[in-house]
Amino acid sequence: MLALDFSFLTPAVISGYIVKGFIFSLQLTLIAMLGGIVLGTLLALMRLSGRPWLVVPAAGYVNTMRSIPLVMVILWFFLLIPLVIGRPLGAEISAIITFTLFEAAYYSEIMRAGIQSISRGQVAAGYALGMSYRQTMGLIVLPQAFRNMLPVLLTQTIILFQDTSLVYAIGAYDLLKGFEIAGKNFNRPVETYLVAALLYFVISFSLSMLVRRLQQRIAIVK
Amino acid sequence: MSSWDWQVFCKDTIDGEVVPGCFGGAGDVTYLDWLLSAWGWTLSVSALALVVALALGSLMGILRTTPHRGLVLLGNVWTELFRNIPLLVQIFLWYHVVPTLIPPLRGVPSFILVVIGLGLFTSARISEQVRAGIQSLAGGQRMAGLAMGFTLPQTYRHVLLPMAYRIIIPPLTSESMNIIKNSSVAFAVSISELTLFALQAQEETSRGIEVYLAVTGLYFVSAFALNRAMLFVENRVRVPGMIGGGGH
Repeated sequence: MLALDFSFLTPAVISGYIVKGFIFSLQLTLIAMLGGIVLGTLLALMRLSGRPWLVVPAAGYVNTMRSIPLVMVILWFFLLIPLVIGRPLGAEISAIITFTLFEAAYYSEIMRAGIQSISRGQVAAGYALGMSYRQTMGLIVLPQAFRNMLPVLLTQTIILFQDTSLVYAIGAYDLLKGFEIAGKNFNRPVETYLVAALLYFVISFSLSMLVRRLQQRIAIVK
Repeated sequence: MSSWDWQVFCKDTIDGEVVPGCFGGAGDVTYLDWLLSAWGWTLSVSALALVVALALGSLMGILRTTPHRGLVLLGNVWTELFRNIPLLVQIFLWYHVVPTLIPPLRGVPSFILVVIGLGLFTSARISEQVRAGIQSLAGGQRMAGLAMGFTLPQTYRHVLLPMAYRIIIPPLTSESMNIIKNSSVAFAVSISELTLFALQAQEETSRGIEVYLAVTGLYFVSAFALNRAMLFVENRVRVPGMIGGGGH
């Protein structure tokens, strides 16, 4: 049995190695969540528009993203973005773009279910009051769809937070990378992986407990 | 942008010469050979991990619906533990941490460790589905089984599980497809599967787009074939008179 020694994890080591990666993981999660929900809502509206020239590309995009492993999507964007913009791009920026566009596909499925959970009568009522499509969606349907789907959107965000560790594939400096480098430099890989796992667990578990409480408080509206 | 060059798959992996017929014989390996063997690794990891995940996930899901508080707690702890740690971190734990802490596991090949890692990660999700499937049945079914004189295990075996599994076939299908996608994480511990092939062949040949397209296509084909197979199973086991396999 090997003796575990966590004493090397001093505040200086933590602020030197871990904090930088932690901040990037949080940034990546938040930007991809906000961007993903906005783009995802647009994709959902396209798919529900009933116009084939909007439905087909949106459905194609969502289904393609959802059937490719995230690691491959990360690699694809890391390869393609420099070809498109004509200059190399840092792994961190590439990761932010990739996750925003990738998560949009998953958030769009959630928002689509959310919009479909609102009864048609409400849309009809909006039009009957003389509201435009934009007003009906923006003032009546989307706020309620968003409210109904809030727990699911947050659960997806927890998955997103866990998935940010996959930027390992392109070497971006995230939370896991911070622990890995600290483990290599102090020759304590076992301890650092354990602490990393514990930290991810504590964050994801407490967030999922919060979502569960939220779920009980939010009444679904139709 | 440069034009396509699909000949890259016919090249020998060592000297880079194009091999006629694309398959290297007698000790030569072309990128096509390598791609196909990588596909084999992806499918093997996925299939074995699915077996592990189905067995342990079912067990834990069933435990969570039993009347015994200790067993429910065990199932809950298992599920939360394996669900709230990122898959990549779990794989690293199995690869770097577990063999150090448990010396007898030191000789275990990394392939097995990845199968365990991916299997346990997925078992947490399957446990959720099995639990939900059993709980979606009317409570009277359990009572009826027990009232007929079945023991609790018999009630599960003959009354609850046959219906519960039929109900959860659709979510099990998507979880099985997720396993194929998630097996890509095995590249991080040097399993020679599709994603590692993509990374290395892209580096060696500089033909990233062709290599990635081929790999992405194989992931696509694998997941699609599995989807069709599960649909076939779903139709075969459908109970006459019931609406579909689940209807959610």
